[in-house]
Amino acid sequence: MQKPIFEINGLTKIYGSGEVEVRALNGVDMTLYEGEMAVLLGPSGSGKSTLLNIVGGLDQATSGKVLFDGRPLTALNERELTRYRREHVGFVFQFYNLIPSLTARENVALVTEISRAPMSPDEALAMVNLSDRATHFPAQLSGGEQQRIAIARAIAKRPEVLLCDEPTGALDSKTGILVLEALSTINRELGTTAAIITHNVGIREIANRVFYFKDGKIEDMQVNDHPISPSKVSW
Amino acid sequence: MRALDKKLVYDLRRIWAQALAIALVMACGVATIILSIGSYRSLEETRSAFYERYRFGSVFASAVRAPLTLKERIASLPGVSAVELRIMQPVLLDVPLMVEPATGIAVSIPDHREALVNKVYIRQGRLPESGRPDEVAVLETFADAHRFTPGDSFEAIINGKKRKLTIVGTVLSPEFVYAIGPGDMVPDQKRFGVFYMSASVLRALYDMEGAFDDLSLTTLRNADLGRITEGLDKILKPYGGSGARSREDQLSHAFLDNELTELKAMAMIIPPIFLFVSAFLVNMILSRLIELEREQVGLLKAIGYSDVAVGWHYTKLVLAIGLVGMVIGVIAGQWLGLGLTRLYGRFFTFPFLIFRHSVDLFLLATGVTMLAAVAGAARAVYSTVRLPPAVAMQPPAPTQYRSLFDRSKRRFQRISRRTIMSTRHLLRWPLRTFLTTLGTSLSVTLLVTAVFAFDSIDYMIDNIFFRTERQDASVSLVKALPLDAQYSLRGLPGVKRVEPFRATLTKFRHGETEKRVPIVGISNDSRLLQILDVEQNPVKPPNSGLMVPDMLARQLKLRPGDQVQVELLEHNNRVVSVPVVGLVSSYVGLTSYMSLKSLNRLLREGDRMNGARIRIDASSLPDLYQEVKQTPVITSIALLDVSLQKFRETIRENITTMTTLYVVLAVIITFGVIYNSARIQLSERARELASLRVFGFTRGEVSSVLLTELGIITLLAQPLGWLLGYLFAWMVVKGFESDLYRIPFVISSETFANASLVVIVAAVVSALIVRRRIDRFDLVRVLKTRE
Ligand SMILES: Nc1ncnc2c1ncn2[C@@H]1O[C@H](COP(=O)(O)OP(=O)(O)OP(=O)(O)O)[C@@H](O)[C@H]1O
Ligand SMILES: [Mg+2]
Repeated sequence: MQKPIFEINGLTKIYGSGEVEVRALNGVDMTLYEGEMAVLLGPSGSGKSTLLNIVGGLDQATSGKVLFDGRPLTALNERELTRYRREHVGFVFQFYNLIPSLTARENVALVTEISRAPMSPDEALAMVNLSDRATHFPAQLSGGEQQRIAIARAIAKRPEVLLCDEPTGALDSKTGILVLEALSTINRELGTTAAIITHNVGIREIANRVFYFKDGKIEDMQVNDHPISPSKVSW
Repeated sequence: MRALDKKLVYDLRRIWAQALAIALVMACGVATIILSIGSYRSLEETRSAFYERYRFGSVFASAVRAPLTLKERIASLPGVSAVELRIMQPVLLDVPLMVEPATGIAVSIPDHREALVNKVYIRQGRLPESGRPDEVAVLETFADAHRFTPGDSFEAIINGKKRKLTIVGTVLSPEFVYAIGPGDMVPDQKRFGVFYMSASVLRALYDMEGAFDDLSLTTLRNADLGRITEGLDKILKPYGGSGARSREDQLSHAFLDNELTELKAMAMIIPPIFLFVSAFLVNMILSRLIELEREQVGLLKAIGYSDVAVGWHYTKLVLAIGLVGMVIGVIAGQWLGLGLTRLYGRFFTFPFLIFRHSVDLFLLATGVTMLAAVAGAARAVYSTVRLPPAVAMQPPAPTQYRSLFDRSKRRFQRISRRTIMSTRHLLRWPLRTFLTTLGTSLSVTLLVTAVFAFDSIDYMIDNIFFRTERQDASVSLVKALPLDAQYSLRGLPGVKRVEPFRATLTKFRHGETEKRVPIVGISNDSRLLQILDVEQNPVKPPNSGLMVPDMLARQLKLRPGDQVQVELLEHNNRVVSVPVVGLVSSYVGLTSYMSLKSLNRLLREGDRMNGARIRIDASSLPDLYQEVKQTPVITSIALLDVSLQKFRETIRENITTMTTLYVVLAVIITFGVIYNSARIQLSERARELASLRVFGFTRGEVSSVLLTELGIITLLAQPLGWLLGYLFAWMVVKGFESDLYRIPFVISSETFANASLVVIVAAVVSALIVRRRIDRFDLVRVLKTRE
């Protein structure tokens, strides 16, 4: 059996209070294993992003527990959370969040400079097939290319986990597939655990496991014994 | 409320701190104009009202002894409206508990009626009754300096006899707004007083029955003053007249006029600079603030709002901020202006104050500022509404970054990505970077412009009190005595060195212009008075000929080598022609110099002196004073230290008050501008910086990106600010310069340093605020929204 990397127990996140109280997460139990590819599906507002943000150390839970590699995340202070993000987590967002004043390579280097055992920026760019665009600025790249740079930036530090919130949300099918291919290459070759939020039901085919969210809870989970390659995803 | 207006309210609430800072910058520009020009106008108006209500004379003349019967002839000179003949004589005072000798003049007031010219304002008590030899009304400043009130008495030596005088009232006079004693450079209220006594009493005391020795008259509006003075001179010549003079040569008026001119120069030159700088800054800040709204503008357009509607929306935002600024500015300006007027009114001891509400200033100041503000907003809105909404909604396309710090160049290998981010950002929008730097440097500039006056004053003080006048004290004698008198002075207690001088009042004439000028003759080996030439080098008095101040030379269009006609006012108005041999530097007064020998030759009375500069041993001062009081030939002794202190006080009253206000306003503007620049930079880059936090950069690392930028701009701004400050200060000096007055153009390195220090402190404080905001970033929120 694989080793669990995240163990999540009774995770609850409540926004506001009283009348206007919103339960974004309402007791989520979930385990993610090392090296697996998980896809998170569910209607808008069901709490996917909230979960990912908490797991990624960007947000605090109201109650419940998140263990990362056996250590509780919920107990970390601000400074320790920063270190956690720096050393263990790679993020990819729907809006690529590249630094416009830096070239592709420099955007990647931004992260490798502060990591302990990073790959070289060029290596990371090669993994997303963008070596030839290393000296381009974000404004000179298409959306899909920008997203792949963002992925290169996320994986360059060899993180244990890759958290992706709608990475293909703004892309067409062809570009989306390129991005997913990059993600799955990294998952395969580096053994990085990946959690991908998407609204595209077809994408679940590439995952080892699929989680269905509803009203702040996990409603269902499917194991997929034979994940397919992203190029075969029906969009 | 319509949705768009709600957005306005929310926007204002969101940026309230920045909006307030902008409003304050506006307020400072507006307030500076209103308070300075407003208070100057009020004072000017007060002075003319005082002069008019109390019938300040427009022509003055004195004689040795002239019969009262001349009154008819004088009154019938064309243009004369009222004449007052009077007695004006020096008195020596013996004030209890005062070691240094004090002097004053006794002035007669008409018996049984009000004075027709130079009426006094009674502050306390009453005027002396006619015929009462022991009653006196004194100038309020003198009474205050001695803490005298009506009922107190003191002793005075009048015409050689000691008399006890009882104060029955304290008064103010348009003629003695400033009372300056003989040989003094500035008023010393303690050592010099004016004493009003009944005319019949003074006539008796000075053996002047049926006679007068001084007169003052008022004239009709269009009177020809030249003809009146000429007529007076003719009438008084047989009676020892020493030349009639118009107001501009009246000591108090000239002094007050000078003070008001300084004030006017301060009000007319510096505040407009403040107004325009603050307007420019507001324009710049608002334009950047609204550029931040670019995506929202695009969105509003995308959903169907017209360009005009969007433009009007942001104009309303600016108007709201501007309105707050204007209200603060007008109220603060008005309030400070009133305070300032009161303060100056007290310095000048005006009996009442007239406040002028300058509507034109309100309109001008608020108009300029509002226009600049709206223009700034319009520029930003216009540049955005021009874009197709789709383009506007995206973050501005990063224009091609320079390949500066290209990694392939080895030498840049070590520069961190974050430094590259900062620098690239600055280079990406060179115009914006330049404007931000310019804004910051203008803060430095304003501070330099506001503060450098102190350097000029220091320089002036050094020039007058340490380089030119180097004596410990100067004494004036009752009349010109043979030079041997210096040996008697040398014998006084504690006197270590005596340098005699001869001073005489003359009138210079060259071409069309004439000017009353004191000439001082000093010996060639003079050390206690050091004449400085225009390059500030010490020069010796010439063996023959005159050294004239450069200012006087300009007024009379004199150049070395020219002959000037000199009318000897104290020697039967004999006119002699004297060559000008050199120019000397002078910041106050028009005193011209000759060698003692050649002046005495000119005056044809043999080798004489009527004063001396002395060096004394401070420990014997009380003995010296005691002796001086017993020595009737010495009319006054003026300590240089005291003069310096009085000079400083006068300057403080006049320039320091205003300058201090300017400095405070400049500091507020500085903080407003720099805080806003920092906040806008933060808004522009919030998303980028939040991303860095997400990747695991620490707060310190993330802040350093922005703080590096802020630091670079602040540093770049310093030299530019100094340069502009130098330029503006030069403009101020040029603006001050008149025929009568000028200030030296001096800026010390401390002034530059202090200006920079204030700006750097403002930058550091703003940096800390920004840093705190970065620390508090809500990462999730920043990432969830596109912008
Ligand atoms: N800052 C907040 N304050 C109040 N409620 C919030 C906040 N952030 C999220 N929510 C609420 O929490 C719930 C879950 O939000 P979340 O962003 O996790 O949904 P999601 O599953 O990612 O939806 P989507 O697929 O649309 O991105 C939603 O109902 C949302 O309204
Ligand atoms: Mg979401």
